[in-house]
Amino acid sequence: MGNSTNSLSIANSDGATLTARQRISLGLAVVGVFLIFLAWLSGNLFNTSNFLWPSLTLMTIGTLWFTYETYAHHPDGIKNNNLWFNSLTNRGTIGWITGILITAFYVCLYFFPSLLGYNPDGANISLIKMFDPISYMIKGEAASQWFVYGVLYTFAILIMGVKFIMKYRHNSYQIFRTISVMFFQFGFAFMLPEIMYTLNESLPYYDWKNMWPLNYYFFDSYNLDKMIDPGFKQSMDLSTIMNEKSGLIGLMMLVWGLLMIFVVSPILAFFFGKRWYCSWVCGCGGLAETAGDPFRHLSDKSLKAWKIERWMIHLVLVIVVIMTILTLYTYFSGSGKFLGVDTYWVRKVYGFLIGSIFAGVIGVGFYPLMGSRVWCRFGCPMAAILGIQQKYFSKFRITTNGSQCISCGNCSTYCEMGIDVRWYAQRGQDVVRASCVGCGICAAVCPRGVLKLENGPQDSRKLEMPEFTGIK
Amino acid sequence: MKIVIIGNGISGVTAARHIRKRSDHEILLVSGETDYFFSRTALMYIYMGHMEYHHTKPYEDWFWEKNRIDLLRDWITEVDTDNKQLVRSNGFRINYDKLIIACGSRSNLFGWHGQDLDGVQSLYSYQDLQQLEQNTNRKVDRAVIVGGGLIGIELAEMLQSRKIPTTLLVREKSYWDNVLPPGESDLISRHIREHGFDLRLGEELDKILPDENGRVKAVKTKSGELVNTQLVCLTAGVSPNISWLSNSSIETKRGILINKRFETNIPDIYAIGDCAEFRDPPPGRRNIEQVWYTGKMHGEILGKNIADNNDDQYNPGPWFNSAKFLDIEYQTYGTVYPKNKADENSFYWEDDDGKRCVHFVYNKDTTELKGINLFGIRARHDLFHKWLKEKRTMDYVIENLGASSFDPEFYRSYEKKLIKKYNEEFNANLKLKKRGFSAFLNLINT
Repeated sequence: MGNSTNSLSIANSDGATLTARQRISLGLAVVGVFLIFLAWLSGNLFNTSNFLWPSLTLMTIGTLWFTYETYAHHPDGIKNNNLWFNSLTNRGTIGWITGILITAFYVCLYFFPSLLGYNPDGANISLIKMFDPISYMIKGEAASQWFVYGVLYTFAILIMGVKFIMKYRHNSYQIFRTISVMFFQFGFAFMLPEIMYTLNESLPYYDWKNMWPLNYYFFDSYNLDKMIDPGFKQSMDLSTIMNEKSGLIGLMMLVWGLLMIFVVSPILAFFFGKRWYCSWVCGCGGLAETAGDPFRHLSDKSLKAWKIERWMIHLVLVIVVIMTILTLYTYFSGSGKFLGVDTYWVRKVYGFLIGSIFAGVIGVGFYPLMGSRVWCRFGCPMAAILGIQQKYFSKFRITTNGSQCISCGNCSTYCEMGIDVRWYAQRGQDVVRASCVGCGICAAVCPRGVLKLENGPQDSRKLEMPEFTGIK
Repeated sequence: MKIVIIGNGISGVTAARHIRKRSDHEILLVSGETDYFFSRTALMYIYMGHMEYHHTKPYEDWFWEKNRIDLLRDWITEVDTDNKQLVRSNGFRINYDKLIIACGSRSNLFGWHGQDLDGVQSLYSYQDLQQLEQNTNRKVDRAVIVGGGLIGIELAEMLQSRKIPTTLLVREKSYWDNVLPPGESDLISRHIREHGFDLRLGEELDKILPDENGRVKAVKTKSGELVNTQLVCLTAGVSPNISWLSNSSIETKRGILINKRFETNIPDIYAIGDCAEFRDPPPGRRNIEQVWYTGKMHGEILGKNIADNNDDQYNPGPWFNSAKFLDIEYQTYGTVYPKNKADENSFYWEDDDGKRCVHFVYNKDTTELKGINLFGIRARHDLFHKWLKEKRTMDYVIENLGASSFDPEFYRSYEKKLIKKYNEEFNANLKLKKRGFSAFLNLINT
């Protein structure tokens, strides 16, 4: 982003102050979050499972009440007042503290789950123990760190999804899209795998909407083995598949996974663009669009950032393809080495650097610093593939409406992917960009009705600056 | 050849870009307001915390050097037409071969008593915005906005974002009714009140009263009422910024006088955008055009003329404009006057919730569409442009309305309700044709 010429003193803008009710409701939600931290830091001091329901209740009531107080008293419309004056949303002190806390949580989650209280050999303590009651309720066993993560993740999407819907209640596209990500996160990513796991423990934990290469462990040997029933693999006997429940469902998972990659996704991306996945279905996108919405404007819009983005995301794509080929080579050949390279090591490094550090720690931890789509924009290989499809084999574009653009910059500012939408809009050119996830916020914040997401014949996308400027 | 452009707003910048695209002339862009081009229409969003200043710059800072457009931050005080020189604020001189004046507008002040008091201001420039920050960093229990136009409503929205109670004094009987017909004006008036503003229609400013420190204390209205206030915003329109040219030989009236090639009375000096006044405007157009879009068109045509040695005249297509009143967007295509002309008739539809409306104006005899106002509905510019040029009839436009919709996906469509009213009103039996993108493509390409 460019240099700001600063002389506007914005230090004490009265508008940033909250009403008494906003403060109380926000306070309730903060106490709920604080209980989580208290549970986390208290070690073995309390029976933290008693904190669970008070915490969830406070966060729910607090957030919903705050949402109501913030949006319900004003007529429908765009609600971005004072966003750049707020320390949480303008990379201020609160933003940095929030970023550091989330990052710390993710580091513990991925690499030091015992610091969260996870104890696979005995009773959990602190934060993980806090969530034992839900885990027993759903699957009859103590919570793991991934279960806690799944609950918090889903909870965040649901609660912040309601807030998002309230904020954009005048906009049907935003409402449908948000209900969709809430549904897919709660149903497909959270409940369905947990239920299937309780029915049959030999099945892999399978998120039916997740897809290779975002789901980079899909072709891992252990995952393939779990999906392809061992009995079936040895005998290749049809009756084994039919008779053994796990074999059939596991095989369905494999077939569905392959169908998603090679058939479903390309077709949907052709008709609707990348958005069918990235802003309607995907879990990473789901969190970005709901909990991440207050930070969407923090993405970097510069040309330089775009150049870095293209290198990084396609590099990750190349690496994941190589990694997967090596993994499959090992699976079929049984040999752990390919041209002297340890395939398991490659897979491990990818999982560590890309899967954990990039997608998890940076992807979410940096929301308050670099916006809500850092992973989706710079790292996600799934987004890279869908992006290539969107750019070259898709009916999707964002249409620019004649020459109604006034170059105000709202579209670019609120693009979470850092696309300089205005660059196109003010030229009267359609926006056809690999990175666009089709969230539709540029069209929503445009004060002059200039942008529209639409699907149509591919050759009707205006890729050059058209002559039409209202003159002739 | 050295081309100097005074003013780095949309008109001057558009001219510079088109000259650069088509030629190698030396280009110097001068502005005293800011270092770089920014979108004036976005000033309000900086104050409201939607954007920071740098977001309002349509081009990154490297753009200018890369495109060899030189920038100079200074005020020009004089044009020495005899020597083809400009005088800078420090007295230094700049040579030019061709000069484009695109210095914009200034806010109208009508000599109100107290208009120069501390705490009284207008809103047009970046400096005005800085002043507003200072004025509202003090305690403001109530602000008063004088004037019922687009800047007035923007200011009201800005002040509300800082929770400053605001009174609007509007001379007209209904909001902006010197531009909008009664239905639309009423719809907007209601929307302003829905937001909790103290909207005083048919009320004028008499004088602004100071306290003992020379700061504004209250305003007195023509009806004799006193309103206590700490901030008065005067937004009674703008006029061409030409006072700095009063000693030059460049001919001016309200603005800098130009022909349709944007030429002034002095060879090699041109004027475009808000500051220019056509001696003889294109049919149906005003002498002075003060909107973003016209500035852009002026800049494009003049830029091409200079670069290519053309002598194209300004001959714009159908009028269009847009705005946003608080939460309600407004688009207009063709011309809709506040009162129909003698040979015109209207068809007006308003939604049940009173927040969306469409107003068609057409020729009484031929039913040819002359103009359309849309509130709370987005319509396709290129399609209405085409329909207006092709002189399409009302029946045709109404039947094909669905193809013109530019609202986001899944928005509730309004065409069914509208055509029902149309059929009732005109005792017709029209049916809607296909809506959507493919219908639009069919119509735009035939």
